[in-house]
Amino acid sequence: MAIADIKHRPGIVLGAAVVFHVALISAQVSSASGLPVLQVVTFGAFSELQRLVTGAITGSQNLWAGYVSLRGVREENAALRRDLQALQIRLQEERALAQRAEDLRQLLELHDRAELDTAAAEIIGAGASPEFRTVTIDKGTADRIAADMAVISPAGVVGRVILTSPRAAKVQLLIDRNAAAGAIIERSRAQGIVLGGGADDLRMDYVPGTADVNPGDLVVTSGIDGIFPKGFVIGTVENVERGPGTYHEISIRPAVDFSRLEEVLVVLTPPPAVEAEAQPER
Amino acid sequence: MRLARTLAALAAALAIQTTLTSYVQEAAALDFVLVTVVSLALTSGPTTGVLAGSAAGLVQDALSSGVIGIGALAKTVVGFAAGRIGTQFIVTAPLPRFVVFVVATLVHAALFMGLYVLLGVRTFPSPYVAVGGQAVGNAVVGVIGFQLTEWLPVFLARRRLRRPTRR
Repeated sequence: MAIADIKHRPGIVLGAAVVFHVALISAQVSSASGLPVLQVVTFGAFSELQRLVTGAITGSQNLWAGYVSLRGVREENAALRRDLQALQIRLQEERALAQRAEDLRQLLELHDRAELDTAAAEIIGAGASPEFRTVTIDKGTADRIAADMAVISPAGVVGRVILTSPRAAKVQLLIDRNAAAGAIIERSRAQGIVLGGGADDLRMDYVPGTADVNPGDLVVTSGIDGIFPKGFVIGTVENVERGPGTYHEISIRPAVDFSRLEEVLVVLTPPPAVEAEAQPER
Repeated sequence: MRLARTLAALAAALAIQTTLTSYVQEAAALDFVLVTVVSLALTSGPTTGVLAGSAAGLVQDALSSGVIGIGALAKTVVGFAAGRIGTQFIVTAPLPRFVVFVVATLVHAALFMGLYVLLGVRTFPSPYVAVGGQAVGNAVVGVIGFQLTEWLPVFLARRRLRRPTRR
């Protein structure tokens, strides 16, 4: 009887729902320490569903690719064998070049950067809300993944881990509005902070107006944020304008194509604390 | 039965939002959950709209990295308003439905972003183009979804009738 009554009184249902949500929001905003239990539990449960759906899609893709579309594989194999031979020759050349570079590096007594311990992870889901740019990866605390670990790809910086469950983790992409990373212009060593724009763009703030920045300059991580290792590519400067204050307004094209991400590397080694590099005098 | 259908629709919308957008980047700008909440509210009334918006919003918030409850509150209000419109007006033609989806997306964005800005948690510098695009995209998906769900049973029934009977 009570349920039937409520069904015909949507105003009461709305009022109750609004009061509940406001109380929920108030509780979180007033106590900002730690992650809400509801968020962790829901994420853990839903990541399993994402894994299931992604597994089903990947399975059908594999079925198609492995059994149905195998026509012309013999010709493809021959072509690939030829390519492999060419690449093996190329590898020998590159190895010789790498050895020469290593010799030069030792000659210049450069500090050897510590080897990064990484874990490969597959993306199993996108963000649940278009306002937040996050992805879910298939590795979690069971694979030594923890919050605030950097996530990279061969092209450059992808983002950082913000939430973990035993078998999955949520990664905040660098293009999210709340994401940021310490950065430097590789050519002039001008420092700043790269911030996500919410779409597929980045901007670099707090670069002094006197700093030497040009379109096409490579932007790399500075390491001062304590999350991203130093020297990883973020993107290239697309546009530089003199802002209203004392800083440049710099837009950056990300090096990573976030729409094509399938696999990423999670950096397990925490980066060493890096002192901020002094600004070059002009 | 209706409850199961509602839950299934919301679960499907969440699954689409979190998996399809990995494959089709353009779909990331759309809010399939909001489209589903508005569709359910239009067909089942304000109570369903409130409950669907509240539940789906909470799950969506929990899966996002923001404050849990803000998206849910926005979807609750939008679900209620869409349900009221569905019961007070005749919203069966594609154009009125398109308008409802556009307005629902705009109201949702205003509530969502407004609450974030009001609480000082987040800023949204010049979101007009993105929100406008999302409103049109959501409306197109919503209208097509409606047309398909109405057209498919009729099509199947006609096919059954045309099939020759065996003696």
